[in-house]
Amino acid sequence: MASLDDLKKRISSVKSTQKITKAMKMVAASKLRRAQESAEKGRPYSEKMNNIILNLSNSISDKENSPKLLVGSGEDKTHLCIVMTSDRGLCGGFNTNIIKKAKSYFQKILNEGKTLKIITVGSKGYDQLKRTYKDNIIEKISFKESKYVNYFDAEKVGKIIINRFEKKEFDVCAIFYNQFKNVITQIPQEQQIIPLKTEASEKNSSEDNYDFEPEEDEILSNLLPKNISTQIFKAMLENSASEQGSRMSAMDNATRNAGEMVDKLTIQYNRSRQAAITKELIEIISGAESL
Amino acid sequence: MSEGFKLEIINPEKSFLLKDGVSEVVVPAFEGDMGILKDHISIISFLKPGLVKVFMSGSNEETYYVEDGIIEFKNNCLSILTSNIFNIKKIDQNILKDDLTKAEKDSKDPEISDQKKYLIDQKIDVLKSLTLN
Repeated sequence: MASLDDLKKRISSVKSTQKITKAMKMVAASKLRRAQESAEKGRPYSEKMNNIILNLSNSISDKENSPKLLVGSGEDKTHLCIVMTSDRGLCGGFNTNIIKKAKSYFQKILNEGKTLKIITVGSKGYDQLKRTYKDNIIEKISFKESKYVNYFDAEKVGKIIINRFEKKEFDVCAIFYNQFKNVITQIPQEQQIIPLKTEASEKNSSEDNYDFEPEEDEILSNLLPKNISTQIFKAMLENSASEQGSRMSAMDNATRNAGEMVDKLTIQYNRSRQAAITKELIEIISGAESL
Repeated sequence: MSEGFKLEIINPEKSFLLKDGVSEVVVPAFEGDMGILKDHISIISFLKPGLVKVFMSGSNEETYYVEDGIIEFKNNCLSILTSNIFNIKKIDQNILKDDLTKAEKDSKDPEISDQKKYLIDQKIDVLKSLTLN
């Protein structure tokens, strides 16, 4: 059995760990509020953008000549996957969930005999993927320096993707991120951005007769690159809210576990102290009796 | 004419401006400035760098500088989506000057396309007129 001194040391070490996890939880909670707010504020932009593109693509008559970003390159050979993770650890299953989702997608692609290319955004994703998919990773991006998610970062990623698309380096592009549902639940998402999936929303397309100035094609070719950056930005916002939420619940759990551990150790400490006292008493009494 | 229409300016970070009862908005559309009044036909267009002028019913006027964007007008609701927008009353002159020098440098790049050149020239014109004031 551990000595009293050892127990005391362990209790104090667990207590200081608890203090750290508690502080991290508080920090995550306050960051979460801001991240959640900006995620919610960012939603109208991407939704409107999507709506406009839907309207546009519905009214395009000449599908064959429409921009490649919308209809794709006509082939399905090379897939580019953008895996978006956090730059920091200690956030529960946040990164693992994205990676798990991405890996099952990778496996599907590779089984079909297609080429796989990966871009990782956020250093944790790279760390987890480099062991298995080192040769597939063509680029790693990290925004460790930027304190908050901002549109310029998203635009940078968007430009990289578009440049590579124009060089015909891939045919299909999908992004992986966590969608923020609430503090406890984040849903890993897979979203295809090139070619754009236009879900047929037939119900309102018939009534909207838009005037276009300039022509549809020209607007589209201007809008689509922007849409990619917007989708990336949306994913980044959702991700940062999810990261903080995930970290908060992970740290909450850790704090609670540390509390339980301290309780257990304290009981053990008290018991062994009591045992030592009893032992001494017995020694004294039996010593006195023998006289 | 009764009341005006609804105006919504959104940038990626937040909903920038939401106004009801706007009587006229002049936007710098790609093919020239365009004034939009109530009951305009549904339209989608995109913007070049320039000034967005918002006229309120009470003869108030507000001006914003935009770098790019898309507008959609539908059912008397005008949405402007833009990545960069400033109210020109609150704008920081230094930012403008930085932008101007950057744009001037870009326009000297011999490899840019005609369309980009056109956009950059527009930007330089607007920025120059703003920095003079």
